Amino acid sequence: MDVPELRYAFFLGCIMPNRYPGVEASIRRVFNELGVELVDIKGASCCPAPGVVRSFKFDAWLALGARNLALAEEMGLDIVTGCNGCYGTLREVWCEYRENKEVAEKVDRYLSQIGRSFKGKVKVKHVLEVLYFDVGLEKLKESVKRPLKDVKAAVHYGCHILRPSDKRPWRDSVERPKFFDELVEVTGAKSLYYKDKYMCCGAGGGVRSGVLDVALDMTREKVENAQAAGADCIVNACSFCHLQFDTGQTEVSKRLGKPYAMPVVYYTQLLGLAMGFSPREMGLHQNFISVEPLLKRIGST
Amino acid sequence: MTSAASLVVKKPITLEELPHELKVAGIEKCIQCGTCTGSCPSGRRTAYRTRVVIRKALLGLREDLLKSQDLWLCTTCYTCYERCPKKIKTVEAIMALRNMAAERGLMLARHKEIAKYLVGFGHLVPINDPNKKRRAELGLSEIPPTVHSYPEALEEVKKLLEITGFTKLVE
Repeated sequence: MDVPELRYAFFLGCIMPNRYPGVEASIRRVFNELGVELVDIKGASCCPAPGVVRSFKFDAWLALGARNLALAEEMGLDIVTGCNGCYGTLREVWCEYRENKEVAEKVDRYLSQIGRSFKGKVKVKHVLEVLYFDVGLEKLKESVKRPLKDVKAAVHYGCHILRPSDKRPWRDSVERPKFFDELVEVTGAKSLYYKDKYMCCGAGGGVRSGVLDVALDMTREKVENAQAAGADCIVNACSFCHLQFDTGQTEVSKRLGKPYAMPVVYYTQLLGLAMGFSPREMGLHQNFISVEPLLKRIGST
Repeated sequence: MTSAASLVVKKPITLEELPHELKVAGIEKCIQCGTCTGSCPSGRRTAYRTRVVIRKALLGLREDLLKSQDLWLCTTCYTCYERCPKKIKTVEAIMALRNMAAERGLMLARHKEIAKYLVGFGHLVPINDPNKKRRAELGLSEIPPTVHSYPEALEEVKKLLEITGFTKLVE
């Protein structure tokens, strides 16, 4: 079954290309295999991050976000991003632009000073949104060559993919969503329920950079809950959550003097393994927390 | 830390005196039910209480509030925003209060430090040597095709940060 031609402007952000390039590589390889074309947005900047930039100065957040949207609009393509933080910023800027005349005028004024403009036409999509709605579960199922049938996954949705729900596309419950679990189960893995499954990883809002101990305590709690449910890995869909769970566990281990070692995989890395890509092609060897226990379970060390 | 005495004010502000952004967030509708606090993953492990932040903002105790680290404990998870029975835009209110704090130079030192990366590189988290190697190993370009690869794009970003007043805030 062929799907219509899918092309998107690929928004990278900061963490994905500059700290977890394995996540970027997995998205590029998996999308290419599925026949989805990703075109780079040359000269895109930080989204910019809501935690520090929006917290400091609304107008700076708005102007930089609008510039990133304008670059994609010039390419005539909708944006796809694989980071919940970037998704939140770009989508909120887009909504503000369309719903608030005062904001739209500000955007026009700022962008005109760098010789650009934004018309509000470009759509902002998440990697999971493209896979769930545009590619579809059926086609994903067909792409799976090696079902991960022994894997028990603790899905971590993250916050900004779900909330604020009035500015999100999911036709799903915001308290107990299912779409990410469905995407994970397409790979043959089992998606578990665990305590506080829908809770924040702790990184957002500038808490990781500003008050690290508080951020890490949330991470610790989530990892322990996933462990208690018998999970083989945490599956996420956000480069910042990914960093918080992977790098974060090394920090938690150091602080508490006991090892935390839950493998952390981004959704397209998991899907990629099921599609037959090697762990190295998915960049999984670059994680700080070893994914070997998970690979043993899959049988592809 | 909030003591009961610190919440007693001789003359609370009037609705007209409430800053525009807080009015837009609708905080005057707050009935102090505490759903926000009960939903807060940060408040679960610290003394941060979202309900108190909203109450203090309504009473006009803004200096006290703006100086507190509490304001920076919100992860912007939006759980309270979703659950507020009065549909108050809690996260927007906290963001507006943070903007007021930043305007007075009351940001956390580490935040100011990383904000400078944005001004210098167009990324809050810029590329470094280990990650250039990691990219190359995966068959990706060593430098990503972002502002990092396009000096003229970085100039645009710097200009926007300048004219919106961000650069001045973090100097």
